[in-house]
Amino acid sequence: MFSLTINGIEVMAKEGMTVFEAAEKAGIYIPTLCHHEDLSTFGACRVCMVEADGSLVTACRAPVEEGMVVRTDSPEVRQVRLSNVELILANHNQDCQTCDKNNNCKLQEVSAFVGVTPERMQSMRRFVKDEPVDDSNPFFYRDQTKCIMCGICIRACEEINGVGAIDFAFRGYETSVSVLGNKPIYDSRCESCGECVERCPTGALAVKDQSIAEREVKSTCPYCGVGCGVTLGVRGEEVVSVRGTRDHPVNHGELCVKGRYGFEFINHPERLTSPLVKKNGAFEEVSWDEALDLVADKLSGYREQDGADSLAGISSARCTNEENYLFQKLFRMAGTNNVDHCARLCHAPTVAGLATAFGSGAMTNSIADIEEAAAFFIIGSNTTETHPVIGYRVRRARKKGAALIVADPRSIPLAEQADVHLQLLPGTNSALLLAMAKVIVQEKLYDDAFVADRCEEFDEYIEALESVCLDELADITAVPKEKIIQAARIYAENTPSTILYAMGITQHSHGTDNVLALANLAMLTGNMGKRGGGVNPLRGQNNVQGACDMGALPNVFPGYQSVISPENRRKFEEAYGVELSGEPGLTLTEMFKGAGTGDIKALYVMGENPAMSEADTGEVKEILEKTEFLVVQDLFLTETATYADVVLPAASFAEKDGTFVNTERRIQRVRGVINPPGEARSDLEILCDLAGRMGMSGFDFSGPEDVMEEIASLVPNWAGVSYQRLNGDGLCWPCTDEADPGTPILYTERFLREGGRAKFSPIVYGPPQETPDENYPLIFTTGRVLYHFHTGTMTRRSRGLNALHDRERILMNPVDAENLGLNAGDTARVISRRGEVTVEVKPAPQIKEGTVFMTFHFAEACANVLTNTELDPASKIPELKVCAVRVEPA
Amino acid sequence: MEERIRTVLASFEGKRNDLIPMLQAVQDELGHLSDTAMKEIASYVGMPESKVYGVATFYSQFYFEPRGEHEIKVCLGTACHVTGGLQIVDAMERELGVKCGGTTCDQKFSLERVNCVGACAIAPVVMVDDDVYGRLEAKTVKEVLEKHAP
Repeated sequence: MFSLTINGIEVMAKEGMTVFEAAEKAGIYIPTLCHHEDLSTFGACRVCMVEADGSLVTACRAPVEEGMVVRTDSPEVRQVRLSNVELILANHNQDCQTCDKNNNCKLQEVSAFVGVTPERMQSMRRFVKDEPVDDSNPFFYRDQTKCIMCGICIRACEEINGVGAIDFAFRGYETSVSVLGNKPIYDSRCESCGECVERCPTGALAVKDQSIAEREVKSTCPYCGVGCGVTLGVRGEEVVSVRGTRDHPVNHGELCVKGRYGFEFINHPERLTSPLVKKNGAFEEVSWDEALDLVADKLSGYREQDGADSLAGISSARCTNEENYLFQKLFRMAGTNNVDHCARLCHAPTVAGLATAFGSGAMTNSIADIEEAAAFFIIGSNTTETHPVIGYRVRRARKKGAALIVADPRSIPLAEQADVHLQLLPGTNSALLLAMAKVIVQEKLYDDAFVADRCEEFDEYIEALESVCLDELADITAVPKEKIIQAARIYAENTPSTILYAMGITQHSHGTDNVLALANLAMLTGNMGKRGGGVNPLRGQNNVQGACDMGALPNVFPGYQSVISPENRRKFEEAYGVELSGEPGLTLTEMFKGAGTGDIKALYVMGENPAMSEADTGEVKEILEKTEFLVVQDLFLTETATYADVVLPAASFAEKDGTFVNTERRIQRVRGVINPPGEARSDLEILCDLAGRMGMSGFDFSGPEDVMEEIASLVPNWAGVSYQRLNGDGLCWPCTDEADPGTPILYTERFLREGGRAKFSPIVYGPPQETPDENYPLIFTTGRVLYHFHTGTMTRRSRGLNALHDRERILMNPVDAENLGLNAGDTARVISRRGEVTVEVKPAPQIKEGTVFMTFHFAEACANVLTNTELDPASKIPELKVCAVRVEPA
Repeated sequence: MEERIRTVLASFEGKRNDLIPMLQAVQDELGHLSDTAMKEIASYVGMPESKVYGVATFYSQFYFEPRGEHEIKVCLGTACHVTGGLQIVDAMERELGVKCGGTTCDQKFSLERVNCVGACAIAPVVMVDDDVYGRLEAKTVKEVLEKHAP
């Protein structure tokens, strides 16, 4: 610690601190325009000048010294500061009255503080660059006439997001903040995350058409599984702004374009405002009484007549934990375990695979410690687009020197920065992972001690590994053997190494094997139970982890307590006061089969759009059409809802209280800030009302907090959870009692399997169910983009997001496109054994020859018309990532 | 074009401190730095393309549009300035139909103003490629141009 005096006050400061930081700590204000606490020091504005030991220095760059004497207010300091601010003002557009940042402008604040006078302003040269406002981005303006060259936007782009879309260009007076080629920002690599806009001290970067919020409330982002803290700004009954919550442990105020700007869906005119019942083929608005009585009568009727297993419910990874809990409670109390949700289409293999290997099917580490990894192995996850805020962390760690291995059939943005990019053929993940394990074992790079102390069945695993041949495996994946060896060495030789994965691993007919292969790698190298390590499935939806935790699964009660176990059943029977079924129910994919054969009479879909997200949607739509009684509960009249007999209008995340669980198992609060539109109600209210009408008791809750109490009493891993405790940073489960601070990192001491050890599982490579042939010569694979979310029900209702990505285009290698005679912008028919879509072509060198890529965001050209319904036997996930197609000019 | 750029880049290791030599080498090959070229360089060096553009635009030696067949440099050093260099600039701009820094539609000429070519004795001076023309007047500009594009 150093002791120095600032303006005569003694201040203690740590070595390495700057004068600026020491003063701030002591509560002494030093004006600045280019300094930002989140960013590296720049020292451009010269406004933070102070006198230190008699000479003038910039406080933001001057390190503290023992005995230093600092004055921030001497006549000389004042004069220099004033001159520097006046120099900035001389070239600044002074049209403050019409500026969006008026009264919220750092330059105004600093000018007032340093004492700029009206007389001086009058006498100043008013010469402003003649540059038009760049309004090409749908969410913000760039007005160079208001730019003061502080460089905060440039540093935010590079240091927070990591993309580096903007920088200073040109020289001297001409200097400006520019993208490559001085083009509009729309034509650049800008990801529209708004980190620069949020920090711009003047009106140079300002949000378009933003009303000022009357009040702000902290909540949780409703998009991906990262679970960023958001602060919703509200004016009347409208959400008018979203900011990242600065003190939030997940995102520290950072957001992506969807989270920050994609909230138009909340107050969208197409929101459902009244229950609808289909009469004579057309929807009619009806009262809640009529709609719910009809649903209750029908469900009770089928239950009487055809048995409880003729009912099936699809719960929602978009809804809160409390709602998922009640949903499964309602169906289980009705006597069936036919409850599932869209995790079946994303991380069912994770739940199955990681539970087998470690004892629990969730992300092992926390988002906060990802940045501490020495090496990243990212496989089947386009992290920067699908989990952007985790992507920022990966890019930052990479910049700080972490090694990066990317395995993906596409050259995704992170692949550009990788040490090794393993561009494998879709569906050959397990071959690649086996090959890496083979190298690690052959070269004795594994962690003997960890394997001996904490794992079991290693010998069986090694024996199985002996029979595989590295060259053969490399041939299967189409990745050069040398690259696989290099990747294996990087992964094994760096400590800690972390694995991040997503749908590229799971959506296969061998999804569970893929997950087990990843678990094997992490066990081999001892990368478990420590900071910066682990096996980390990145979950796609805001509450898909919670929906699983809450037992919206056919084989387990809440808390993964198997329905087969008589003991578990007794526990829940006691709590629910009715007899429960011990027969595991149907999975989502099986429910559709059942509805097709007529075994399922009534299907209840809450906040889910299977008509677009299921494999082979053509068949799904036929089944939905045929289903005797279909209830859909949603925000909008989705593709699925059009087939419904009854549509119930639900409240969005901004209109209700509850909790979500993010991908790192953090249970977080969601807070209602406005009322639902029209007669829409929260899913919780709807479910409780319906249960009452079906004659069930145990649904008279005063609100979600009450439901959480019941959950905590039944789920051991959540026993210590209460709303009061969730008010701060939330809690990572397991949290077993009120004193338990939660568990950000799993398995630090022992694994959750019986005996406490992790288990190696020998696996064999199996090819995808459909491989290219003469008639269908191309491999078709699917994914998502940064600007849209899943089936697009929310993001496609944002004009801005649509402006950034407005239509579906099939991506194919330029060589394939040329061979087929297709140019950019041409329309093509894409045909699989299950259906065909017509879509625009975009040649993209990022795509491997022989493969093509589409997203499932766009109803008018939905990838899932084509995808394969073949299932992974262990987890029943369809093989959404690989099928064979033929592309023809349309 | 990407092929040509990659061939030029192949002789560099891809280190950051080679950035300016790389920009020069690519400009030598293509005559100017296109966006595609700067993107290729950025990915080769592993830095954001905006940074490459920032560096390139700092130096007047780099061009971002295709250059004309002939390079015209109108001198505006002190001697040329006082002997009517600005009138020469005006006349050039009028004759060619482009402003300084621009290139004619037929790609024949690129026009630039420079500060002193070291021939003050014969000011005002214009250089076309390596030829120097001195004691020019606005009305003789046309003759100079015709010599290079008959």
